[in-house]
Amino acid sequence: MTDTIPEMRDTILQMRDITKTFPGVKALQNVNLDVKAGEIHAIVGENGAGKSTLMKVLSGVYPHGSYEGQIIYNGEECAFRSIRDSEHKGIVIIHQELALVPLLSIAENIYLGNERANAGIVDWDETREGARAVLRKVGLNEDPDTLVTNIGTGKQQLVEIAKALSKEVKLLILDEPTASLSEKDSAALLDLLLGFKAQGISCILISHKLNEVSKVSDRITVIRDGRTIETLNKADITEDRIITSMVGRPLEDRYPARTPEIGEVVFEVKNWSVYHPQHRDRQVIKGIDLNVRKGEVVGIAGLMGSGRTEFAMSLFGKSYGVKVTGEVLLHGKKVDTSTVEKAVSHGIAYATEDRKTFGLNLIDHIKHNTTLANLWGVSRWGVIDDLAELDVANDYRKKTNIRSSSVYQTVGNLSGGNQQKVVLSKWLFANPEVLILDEPTRGIDVGAKYEIYSIINQLAAQGKAILVISSEMPELLGITDRVYVMNEGRLVGEMPTAEASQEKIMRAIVRAEGKVAS
Amino acid sequence: MTTETAPQAATPAEAAAPLSIWGALQANLREYGLLLVLILIMLFFQWTTGGVLFKPLNLTNIVLQNSYIIVMALGMLLVIVAGHIDLSVGSVSGFIGALAAMLMVGWKFPPELAFLANPIVAGLICLVIGAAIGAAQGYLIAYYRIPSFIVTLAGMLIFKGLSLSILAGQSVGPFPAEFQLLSAGFIPDFIGAITLIPASQGVQPLVLHGATLAIGIVAVVGMILLSIRTRARRTARGYESEPFALFAAKNIVIAALVLFFTYMLASYKGLPNVLVVMGILIAGFVFLTKRLTFGRRIYAIGGNPKAAALSGIKTERLTFYIFAIMGALAALAGMIYAARLNSATPKAGQGLELDVIAAVFIGGASALGGVGQVAGAVIGAFIMGVLNNGMSIMGINIDLQQMIKGVVLLAAVFFDLYNKNKA
Repeated sequence: MTDTIPEMRDTILQMRDITKTFPGVKALQNVNLDVKAGEIHAIVGENGAGKSTLMKVLSGVYPHGSYEGQIIYNGEECAFRSIRDSEHKGIVIIHQELALVPLLSIAENIYLGNERANAGIVDWDETREGARAVLRKVGLNEDPDTLVTNIGTGKQQLVEIAKALSKEVKLLILDEPTASLSEKDSAALLDLLLGFKAQGISCILISHKLNEVSKVSDRITVIRDGRTIETLNKADITEDRIITSMVGRPLEDRYPARTPEIGEVVFEVKNWSVYHPQHRDRQVIKGIDLNVRKGEVVGIAGLMGSGRTEFAMSLFGKSYGVKVTGEVLLHGKKVDTSTVEKAVSHGIAYATEDRKTFGLNLIDHIKHNTTLANLWGVSRWGVIDDLAELDVANDYRKKTNIRSSSVYQTVGNLSGGNQQKVVLSKWLFANPEVLILDEPTRGIDVGAKYEIYSIINQLAAQGKAILVISSEMPELLGITDRVYVMNEGRLVGEMPTAEASQEKIMRAIVRAEGKVAS
Repeated sequence: MTTETAPQAATPAEAAAPLSIWGALQANLREYGLLLVLILIMLFFQWTTGGVLFKPLNLTNIVLQNSYIIVMALGMLLVIVAGHIDLSVGSVSGFIGALAAMLMVGWKFPPELAFLANPIVAGLICLVIGAAIGAAQGYLIAYYRIPSFIVTLAGMLIFKGLSLSILAGQSVGPFPAEFQLLSAGFIPDFIGAITLIPASQGVQPLVLHGATLAIGIVAVVGMILLSIRTRARRTARGYESEPFALFAAKNIVIAALVLFFTYMLASYKGLPNVLVVMGILIAGFVFLTKRLTFGRRIYAIGGNPKAAALSGIKTERLTFYIFAIMGALAALAGMIYAARLNSATPKAGQGLELDVIAAVFIGGASALGGVGQVAGAVIGAFIMGVLNNGMSIMGINIDLQQMIKGVVLLAAVFFDLYNKNKA
């Protein structure tokens, strides 16, 4: 089956022509990746490029048969049906969201699902002993009986790695391992990876932090739009080179044209700071100032985890975080947005990035979802006028072009794009002056995207102030008038869209990373 | 939303999907399926009990026996739709019954406080205390986010103990005659008896309660006028309605059922007082859930609490109110129960919460929240009630009765889920 070429004998992993299709979307198209024994191989790409999907294919989260292509590991073709299968072969993946049970001890977490036991009875001595041994390897000096919840994120990351080592890992996959780590912890982690390399453990590193990637990796594979673009050798790696390769996609005419008519400043945020709801000493948003003018579409660019959603939700009725400080001004006057109700009554609306969890009542129909944020608009003395409500629902269904049999269709049965239109309908009916749209086109097809952009244009033409958060840079460049760049809870750049480019935005982010690092 | 949006009311999609008789019938079958099940169960017992079930005396009894369950099922519907549960309602109703007995009979007040023993004053005190108990539990659930299961489980134990404590382990009664009227009384016949068949030799006399008959007829006429008006308003705004034949058939069937029931009650002692209270409450709760923003928000927080909160709904305050309402209804139910027994016993109300919860689930509410109808809960309670009544008349042992009820609950929820998954 395998036709391993002699000079590739030191290749531990080959992924050949991997194609993975989701309903309506080709997430991966003929992706190729090869990892040599004992190398650190980085995978970089924009959000949604397909990096995580590729790793899920590799680790068996998407079982063999649900994708096309071959995985050749240690010279034999593999058909993993589950994570367990891949772990048996020594492939261990550590996800961005740590998979630790907070109220179990470090030792229990390390051997979770892989308990040191005889006939189902846990051998606690061996568990602690083994845990101590792997903790030593990752340089974590903690009692194995300590509860995971009592140690910091950096140490938790090390416990995850210790857990991987306990499974005799040969290929370690790390998905954004340093996203939530401090600079010091990140540096320690990267050193640890270099140490593993010396012991012959191969490592796949997925990261947005290009400075880290270029520091530790031997080779870098760039993925864009579900395709492998190129694999760079250590000698060729420069940040510029990576950025060009990451974002260099031809811009098509995917955005409806519009002539902006921009007026005075409507919405202003001054010195906005927010702390993490659980780790109360961690500042998530660090003194943000921004403004949006009448009829203006302003974008916030940034990588995942840069704090954009946290910022927007904290503005909207303190729906995120603690110790929220700062001022919100509408037409130069300070307003109270401390509850969602107050924010809505001042004319601020926030359409969430996660419509299923935060945006819609999926078991109810379009009509009820449309009016939920503005029930006053269809009721008198608390009594709903059901015909007025039906009129409103039909009206917005038409305006936003929701495709459904009627307004009585259950929202949970609609496609992603139509669900997004219901979310928009809901907030349009609340008639806000300021509209914050968080990832308004996430997970929806190109046609529906175009329709959403058209709605945004119409709203701007009506004189609304619109703030768009998006991880798709071409989208921001296509629909906004001005772009703020956010990184690690700070605004690190602001530019008129006419002067902006993906490279410039990326540079602003990378520059900020560099500043923090040094 | 005035003239501007009205013209485009009949959107192409709505026009493209005209309501056929068959389609409308199917939609209605699901809606009225439960009522159909109730009628079938009643007919079955009418057959197996040799015609006892539909005797006027027995129908009146079914209403009286289940009144307190239905009163609490109304509140429980809100609680369950909001995604919570209340296990304390049985104990709370028992405690309030005990409190009512102590206020009116047990405690000897000094003359200046004697007004507390007045049945109306005592009844109001009981309602307020019931609401306060519900509010206290609701406060812990809403603002401290303690799961309702745990808060009300604790409440169940606490109020079970409290009733035992204030009654000192004794039954207390009898109640003043005015208080007994709540459960045992019938509305006065302000119209006068209508004699259809006068008493004579060999023929059973048939005398109808005039006021009951009048109220029944007024209610039916009112219902029909209301549905005609609703239909006319829909048509005027350009919306399609169900086919006229179906509309007429539905109204005629429901009118016939109500008139039949009225006739049955009228040929016994007339409309029981408690049915008047129940009727007003049911109508009120249907209005609350279907038309009030308050009701709409309950469905929203049950369907997706996070989305509701991000739509500006004060989920905590709403939850608090729901439990306060539940408490007041449990208090009312406790008084109805005590008045019916004509004494408060330490064991009163125990286990009732399970009958109430079963009624709501048989009525089609979802244990996950967000789904459920008042009419369903009421019919669910009647299904359980008719099962109890019919099996008792048949002389089926209590052990078998319990098992059959368990199977019915399971079957009702199973078919409901099965239907939903198929749809």
